Amino acid sequence: MKQLVCISKTPETTAKINFKDGNTAFDESGVQFIMNPYDEWYALVRAIELKESLGGTVTVINVGPASNDVVIRKALAIGADEGIRVDAEPKSALYVAKQIAANAEGFDLVYCGKETIDYNGSEVGAMVAEYLDQPFVSFATKLEVEGNSATVTRDIEGGSEISKIDTPFVLSAAKGMAEQRIPNMRGIMMAKKKPLNVVEPVGFDDKVVVSSFTLPDAKTECKMIDPENMDELVRLLQEEAKVL
Amino acid sequence: MARTDRYEHHDYYGIDELLSDDHKLAREAVQAWVKKEVSPIIEDYSNRSECPHHLFKGLAEIGAFGPSLPVEYGGGGMDEIAYGVIMQELERGDSGVRSMASVQGSLVMYPIYRFGSEEQKRKYLPKLGSGEYIGCFGLTEPDHGSNPNGMITNIKEDGDSYILNGAKMWITNSPVADVAVVWAKDEEGIVRGVIVEKGMPGFSAPEIHGKWSLRASITGELVFEDVRVPKENILPNVAGLKGPLSCLSKARYGIAWGAIGAALDCYDSALRYSKERIQFGKPIGQFQLTQKKLAEMITEITKAQLLAWRLGTLANKGEASPAQISMAKRNNVHMALEIAREARQIHGGMGITNEYPCMRHMMNLETVLTYEGTHDIHLLITGLDVTGLNAFG
Ligand SMILES: Cc1cc2nc3c(=O)[nH]c(=O)nc-3n(C[C@H](O)[C@H](O)[C@H](O)COP(=O)(O)OP(=O)(O)OC[C@H]3O[C@@H](n4cnc5c(N)ncnc54)[C@H](O)[C@@H]3O)c2cc1C
Repeated sequence: MKQLVCISKTPETTAKINFKDGNTAFDESGVQFIMNPYDEWYALVRAIELKESLGGTVTVINVGPASNDVVIRKALAIGADEGIRVDAEPKSALYVAKQIAANAEGFDLVYCGKETIDYNGSEVGAMVAEYLDQPFVSFATKLEVEGNSATVTRDIEGGSEISKIDTPFVLSAAKGMAEQRIPNMRGIMMAKKKPLNVVEPVGFDDKVVVSSFTLPDAKTECKMIDPENMDELVRLLQEEAKVL
Repeated sequence: MARTDRYEHHDYYGIDELLSDDHKLAREAVQAWVKKEVSPIIEDYSNRSECPHHLFKGLAEIGAFGPSLPVEYGGGGMDEIAYGVIMQELERGDSGVRSMASVQGSLVMYPIYRFGSEEQKRKYLPKLGSGEYIGCFGLTEPDHGSNPNGMITNIKEDGDSYILNGAKMWITNSPVADVAVVWAKDEEGIVRGVIVEKGMPGFSAPEIHGKWSLRASITGELVFEDVRVPKENILPNVAGLKGPLSCLSKARYGIAWGAIGAALDCYDSALRYSKERIQFGKPIGQFQLTQKKLAEMITEITKAQLLAWRLGTLANKGEASPAQISMAKRNNVHMALEIAREARQIHGGMGITNEYPCMRHMMNLETVLTYEGTHDIHLLITGLDVTGLNAFG
């Protein structure tokens, strides 16, 4: 089975968020980046698990500049076989989907994370499916594959929906599909020998232009209290929040 | 009680730009491993003065044993900076956990790799690298610590064996070790390396109790009463004190990086606490005296990071001298201990509890300041190096 996992790079969850160019672009300076957790922990790991039990290959794809190679290397260190980087700024979800679709022919299964935790669009997967003219299952929490047929579970309000679907198709992975795998040093060294192909983007006139971003109002201070330390919680509610 | 590990890496001078993708991936991976496997349990194990044995397997799996040794001998095939970064992240968790890895990789696998026969390498290294065997390193004796050359542990030839007698003290991992690399004098008074295996008649390894430091690492003695060791267990390719000293150089190099991890953890905790703890209606981080502490901490950490990085680039070229390693070990461990003390103060009374990591790091670092060459001995090494005059003994 040939599997393709779309991986994106996203600011570390504790990064300070600022915008530049008249609030139209994200200011990356001083920001630490990570692989999007939904792509890494759920989509990628499940693809690797299926490769381990059923055979085949796992390819990862990212649309972005050369500084994204470290994210692809990490995916290779965790166990993917090869990487593709489309050498272009990921301008919008539609643009990214177009670039991914241009490289996604011939795969039995294409995975995205349910969303990227930066802009939280949840759009790329469905758009890739549309470009490929394939079915799409969103927010999948469980995936089993037998031959050409897959059983996909997705959580819905108050229960779950289980569907059967033939490959090829596209899905977006949500929490529950697999568990995080931490790469080991051997994996990191092996990743250096795996192919990472850099390809040019296909021409595409983007249809979405961001006019501006705004930051939410500054949050009031948040204190973390250990669930076992109820006395401290009561004390803070009485003495500092003065709500009790 | 397990606390949530909210640690974030601090890189004030953008040293990350000097690191390769492998280094950053190694750091991220070991940091994730420490948050998952070490942080949730370490306060509890330290409190009970118990070694979390199960971590040996985990350390092996993540690749913390001998990361810079060749892959075919159970190592990771990485460079010296990757090795340093890994030690830093482990010691960010706990100096005892870092010690488990330092001893296994630098003091047991390294001498067998560097001085062992091909058969010894094949017999021991893969099992040590995979954590199937635990190793220990016996140099220090009850009456010979800073002066290992005075050792009285000895081997005498007897047919196709040697008879080993003597005792070693303060040996990390000894009570749980399957193999011990022991340094002993032969009949001509030359220091030789001997691989001693658990179960050899006359060999025992009692635990040392009552440590207030490195409580999550197990320490013991090695006692040899007419232990018959086959000749093929002698490390063939080294004679003299340079054998154990070259292993110590490797381990001290790792400690120079490791200590930064302990310092970073204390700083990180103090910085967060100083913003959250309100006194006199303000976060304590707003008082100048707290800022002085925090500003000096990050300055010292940044200097130590640069020292370690430069030492790493020298080590990658095979040019880091033992005296340069001494300087970095001494400076960085002392820096970390001072930071642990200051960070403890910033936490006020909470700082002495195991809700926060500072006191544990502080107690651990008292050992780190003493083992692998004491703070003063490293100063004398620098003194000897710059003056050419020997102030020892
Ligand atoms: C928890 C722990 C784990 C350890 N693990 C290991 C291990 O795995 N393997 C191993 O072989 N050893 C191990 N050690 C031993 C460690 O390396 C020694 O404790 C260290 O070398 C110091 O020796 P000592 O304790 O005998 O102190 P001493 O050598 O007795 O030193 C006492 C004091 O005298 C000072 N001093 C000594 N000589 C001089 C001098 N010439 N000039 C000025 N000052 C001097 C020292 O700096 C020190 O302050 C461990 C120690 C500890 C505490």
